[in-house]
Amino acid sequence: MIGLEDLYREIILDHYRTPRNRGELETPPARRVEGFNPLCGDEIIVYLQVDDSGVIDDVAIGGQGCSISQSSASMMSVAIKGRTVEDARRLIAAFKGLMSIHETEIGGDGSEAALGIELEGTTEDMKLGDLEALRGVVKFPIRIKCATLSWNTLAQALDEAAAA
Amino acid sequence: MTLPAAIKSDFPLLDQRFHGHQLVYLDSANTSQKPQVVIDAMADYYENANANVHRGSYELAVRATAALEGARAKVASFINARSSAEIVFTKNATESMNLLARSWAEANLSAGDAVVISEMEHHANIVPWHMLRAEKGIELRWIPIDGSGHLDLSDLDRLLDGAKLLSVTAMSNVLGTLNPIAQLSERAHAAGALMAVDASQYVPHVPTDVQALGADFLVFTGHKMLAPMGIGVLWARAELLDAMPPFLGGGEMILNVTKDGFTANEIPWKFEAGTPMVAEAVGLGRAIDYLSDLGMDNVRRHEVELTAYALRTLTERHGDKITIHGPTEPAERGGVMSFIYGDVHPHDVAQVLDQSGIAVRAGHHCAKPLMDVLNANATSRASLYVYNDKSDLDKLVDALSAVDDIFSF
Repeated sequence: MIGLEDLYREIILDHYRTPRNRGELETPPARRVEGFNPLCGDEIIVYLQVDDSGVIDDVAIGGQGCSISQSSASMMSVAIKGRTVEDARRLIAAFKGLMSIHETEIGGDGSEAALGIELEGTTEDMKLGDLEALRGVVKFPIRIKCATLSWNTLAQALDEAAAA
Repeated sequence: MTLPAAIKSDFPLLDQRFHGHQLVYLDSANTSQKPQVVIDAMADYYENANANVHRGSYELAVRATAALEGARAKVASFINARSSAEIVFTKNATESMNLLARSWAEANLSAGDAVVISEMEHHANIVPWHMLRAEKGIELRWIPIDGSGHLDLSDLDRLLDGAKLLSVTAMSNVLGTLNPIAQLSERAHAAGALMAVDASQYVPHVPTDVQALGADFLVFTGHKMLAPMGIGVLWARAELLDAMPPFLGGGEMILNVTKDGFTANEIPWKFEAGTPMVAEAVGLGRAIDYLSDLGMDNVRRHEVELTAYALRTLTERHGDKITIHGPTEPAERGGVMSFIYGDVHPHDVAQVLDQSGIAVRAGHHCAKPLMDVLNANATSRASLYVYNDKSDLDKLVDALSAVDDIFSF
């Protein structure tokens, strides 16, 4: 039987209690993008600052939401800060892949492969361990949108930055 | 006990377990469960009476037409309409409200005309007016709510000055507040405006008399009153419906069609283009019989008792943590309890309750302007109906403690 402990892992609750990179950045130079989950009213604001060499030199998270959306945003901010835009895009793809695993595959370790992406020279300090804790979310399909809200918002911010 | 103790056994869906616990269904403001007699009535229609209505000359088609029109007559009687011609079948309350906006309002409102609604409206009574505002330049005015969850009517005269329509919910789907519709109808009429009522949360729970309410339009939906999804009602005074242009065009809604044009059918069929949802109407008719057998006075009394019990026990056990929105007096509200538990997000509260087999809704309940007023981005909501009893509420009160086990820090 699926238990709440599959969803509310300690590391998730830790990021919920003590969100990292919480706050605002000055715009400009930072870019501010809002994401909404119309189902539950959650709102995430991603502040993203990319330097001339394509490195995310600062990120901040605002808005309000449930433990899953807030902890996912917090972990995401840690994972992308100091990384290149390309790394961030690969991480988005990997995370969304993890969240789209079909229910019949839950319980296997297919999800490990999805997150076991190679980020050249950066894998060891990419905090993949924290993000991995969110894989229990796929056992609660309603909550997947909570987990992906900040990532979709980040993707929008990267797209806007690229178009600017 | 104002309702039969064994009433739960009339609802087959309730007899199942989730996560090892008996289902406790506390989301009837969202949609209600269906008694076996409603399910059987719909199956019986398809097994014995199905044909297209108002078309065939054979006996089976006569039977199908009688089933549809019989259901319409039951609806008319249930809300004390003057005649069945005042009952327009729609898909749901949202479609009913859009019919009102697209037909009556589009024909009668022009740029600068005002529609008055309240801060506690469901999106179904907001967005159609936003759309008309964007298209025609109508003005949208808002009745505020006070700190106790009631409408603040102190400025109503000014809001109604020059308004063409007052459109207000009879019972808030978030706060549970019962609004003084008869009084509002009088005020609207005195100001030269018509009165529309969103009765989606009212007709299922409170004895309804459209004539006593003094309204001009009233909308509700079947699925919140033990009937299937896919059948809703627009009631309006016959002379208003007669004067309104058709909503959707097609078969059924015409008397004659030529290459040059068409002649619209009589009411209510003028507003019912295409093949209608006959089995759903039959289900609604049977649900009305079921509710009438229980007695709507008893239904209301049952819910007032349960609401009083819920407000008391939730506050006794969780008073330091729980904030329940809306009127504190059970007689002034319906069995809809929106609450905030500590600083735990409603989505997380609902998730923990689900693990105990308890179904509540978490979110903005399609009332985002109200959420802004409440300064919340979501609430958890437990809502009651005929099949709920005190044991359901005891389980809710107990299960809320589990929220602390995970989120107390």
